[in-house]
Amino acid sequence: MSLINQKCSCCGGENPEKVQVDAILAKYEGKKGSLIPILQEVQSLYNYLPKDVLEYVASKTGVPISEIYGVVTFYSLFHLNPRGRNIIRVCQGTACHVRGGKLILQALEKELGIKAGHTTEDLRYTLETVACIGACGLAPVMQINDDTHGRLTPDKLPAILKRYQ
Amino acid sequence: MQHIRAHVLVCGGTGCKSAGSKEIQLGFAKYLEEYGLQNEVMLVETGCHGFCEHGPLVIVYPEGTFYCHVKPEDVKEIVESHLYKGRIVERLLYREPLSHEQVPNYSEIGFYKKQQRLVLANCGAINPEMIEEYIAVGGYEALAKAVTTMTPEEVVDEVKKSGLRGRGGGGFPTGMKWQFAKNSVSDKKYVICNADEGDPGAFMDRSVLEGDPHRVLEGMAICGYAIGADEGYIYVRAEYPLAIKRLRTAIEQAEKMGLLGENIFGSGFNFTLHIKEGAGAFVCGEETALMASIEGKRGMPRPRPPFPAVSGLWGKPTNINNVETFANVAQIIVNGADWYCQYGTERSKGTKVFALTGKINNTGLAEVPMGITMREIIYDIGGGITNGKKFKAVQIGGPSGGCLPESMLDLPVDYDSLIAAGAMMGSGGLVVMDEDTCMVDVAKFFLNFTQSESCGKCTPCREGTKRMLEILTRITEGQGREGDIELLENLAKNIKETALCGLGQTAPNPVLSTLKYFRDEYEAHIKEKRCPAGVCEKLASYTITDACRGCGLCARNCPVQAISGKIKEKHVINQDICIKCGACMAACPFKAITKG
Ligand SMILES: Cc1cc2nc3c(=O)[nH]c(=O)nc-3n(C[C@H](O)[C@H](O)[C@H](O)COP(=O)(O)O)c2cc1C
Ligand code: SF4
Ligand code: SF4
Ligand code: FES
Ligand code: FES
Repeated sequence: MSLINQKCSCCGGENPEKVQVDAILAKYEGKKGSLIPILQEVQSLYNYLPKDVLEYVASKTGVPISEIYGVVTFYSLFHLNPRGRNIIRVCQGTACHVRGGKLILQALEKELGIKAGHTTEDLRYTLETVACIGACGLAPVMQINDDTHGRLTPDKLPAILKRYQ
Repeated sequence: MQHIRAHVLVCGGTGCKSAGSKEIQLGFAKYLEEYGLQNEVMLVETGCHGFCEHGPLVIVYPEGTFYCHVKPEDVKEIVESHLYKGRIVERLLYREPLSHEQVPNYSEIGFYKKQQRLVLANCGAINPEMIEEYIAVGGYEALAKAVTTMTPEEVVDEVKKSGLRGRGGGGFPTGMKWQFAKNSVSDKKYVICNADEGDPGAFMDRSVLEGDPHRVLEGMAICGYAIGADEGYIYVRAEYPLAIKRLRTAIEQAEKMGLLGENIFGSGFNFTLHIKEGAGAFVCGEETALMASIEGKRGMPRPRPPFPAVSGLWGKPTNINNVETFANVAQIIVNGADWYCQYGTERSKGTKVFALTGKINNTGLAEVPMGITMREIIYDIGGGITNGKKFKAVQIGGPSGGCLPESMLDLPVDYDSLIAAGAMMGSGGLVVMDEDTCMVDVAKFFLNFTQSESCGKCTPCREGTKRMLEILTRITEGQGREGDIELLENLAKNIKETALCGLGQTAPNPVLSTLKYFRDEYEAHIKEKRCPAGVCEKLASYTITDACRGCGLCARNCPVQAISGKIKEKHVINQDICIKCGACMAACPFKAITKG
């Protein structure tokens, strides 16, 4: 819970995150079809979409909260739960599938001790699957944050993971 | 004026970047300076050359020397030996996968020789972040010609005459689509570029956007002029951050030069462009869902008609085309429809870019004239199957397409032949499969994909694909029943006929085409509880062959003590205990354990 309406703990003024959310809302004010870009920017601020922030966005934009939830749950890039500092997205697309993408996923699940779709307890990694990141020539592939790692084999994984704190 | 005597092209596409091309570029900058060559050798960062598998790539002109798998520590040698002393660094040259011959020159490489690179002509040849380089190779000439010398009607007619068909999957004639949008009367119209590229295993749109973004902008602006639209959207997947960045740069530069914006070329034609990022839903590639998504709603398809040309984005007439479709437009306007018609077949004109992936030696992007055979693509361009294995099938058209067997390899690749064979062009993903691939598993893979991407709006797709997936799952787990094949065929037929959008209507295709060409594999799973390719874990059985030397390593690695035998004697696996984990096979130093 992000407590967007709570005052800043040090100065008692506006919550600094709220200021940023307001700035995002101001940027899109009056623009048609801007719900998805607003949510994308808010998510990059918090790393996920906290419930009270969504309620705040609803109250400010006048879009009913039910519609916002509808949109958030429809698209796989939106998340309602906190996520890890490093997002691992293992490709399970066709090209990766025929080149052993499943083995990479299994090895990552074993290495991290979590299943796909989950976050490690220390919030260091979130493991997700994705259907093709367009780097099929390097299959099997995974993306960690914005970096693409290709031509993977299970034994290469520990060294790659280590680089992401 | 300085004399530039050589160009060093470093690939900056996604594939090569992930393999470390940034460091190589920095290395060149440093060593060119160190050897005092910075004024005579020009360093250029390009987009994808389509040969990412061999990246990072470096090409040195004027010779056209093609270096592959370049490492940062190789850069100094290239600068010193090739650029300073004029001696090619042979160990970094490309080798043909079948003949193992070294090929020094870009244009002589088998992968490129049979290609006809029209749409990809600039990809890998120019710096995609500099509009000047696009203009230098004739960029924006087509737009100038269209808006200053042609009427909108003439533009539409030229595109019609060229025979260009949509590259986004359906193959609808582009000129006709433009005509519909042009005919709609409205104070406002839109042009949309579909860059959602959701088909797993396809990345041609990504490479065009990253390697030659202006070509797409130019095509869109010409379309805007033709149909009477002054605003456009490019809907790009958020999974393509580099493409988004290059598009933003391209739009900014074009606006600055007055090639987008108000009163373009003084013709009174206005055209502005926006980028919309997708949010991870395959169905948003469907045109009506895509427009709902731009409007900020859940991306669900709606029934057509009305077609977008009549009522599209925000209820206004809209023309939507795929990236590669737009990328074809400028050359048609500049060179004319007759020129374009020399490529391709009677009913499929021009070229198509294919993404070659899977168990093939040369994975990458290949642009070929329509009508070439699958065999030429896979063997001449693709360099054949990896590790000398046997070809089994090629999957074309992604989740909506089908798998074609060896006997169909001489089929000409065009829209109509593919449909007749039970596949489809789709976006142009070609996934090659070898003898180690299980076709039932492949069908299950695609159904799993479409099932999880079904938006859930209509029942045949939402429930029908779930039932089909359940049946396929039980077949691959050894629980297949007599009659399952007929049940699958029945469900497939119903879903195809009743689903609302293309996702559902085509979802059964991978199952139907594998049933058509690989029915015996389904039967082996159902009747004999056997996976001939040894892929389906639950059906696999591990056995120890006579190559066993009795070292005992397998027994020590087995987590459930299923292996017994005396040291120096052949070991055996107790099939009742074995959990089919494969640990023994990995542990055996003599390759004495087989799976099947
Ligand atoms: C489920 C589904 C996904 C689609 N995905 C894409 C896509 O990723 N890119 C694309 O250009 N067209 C896609 N299409 C096709 C579009 O609906 C539309 O036909 C196409 O953008 C039209 O452009 P074209 O005439 O230039 O091919 C998809 C269709 C369906 C039914
Ligand atoms: S066919 Fe599938 S994806 Fe298309 S509208 Fe129906 S449920 Fe949605
Ligand atoms: S496959 Fe696994 S369980 Fe079976 S014998 Fe080999 S090591 Fe043991
Ligand atoms: S299938 Fe994995 S990157 Fe395309
Ligand atoms: S990214 Fe370099 S060749 Fe594709």
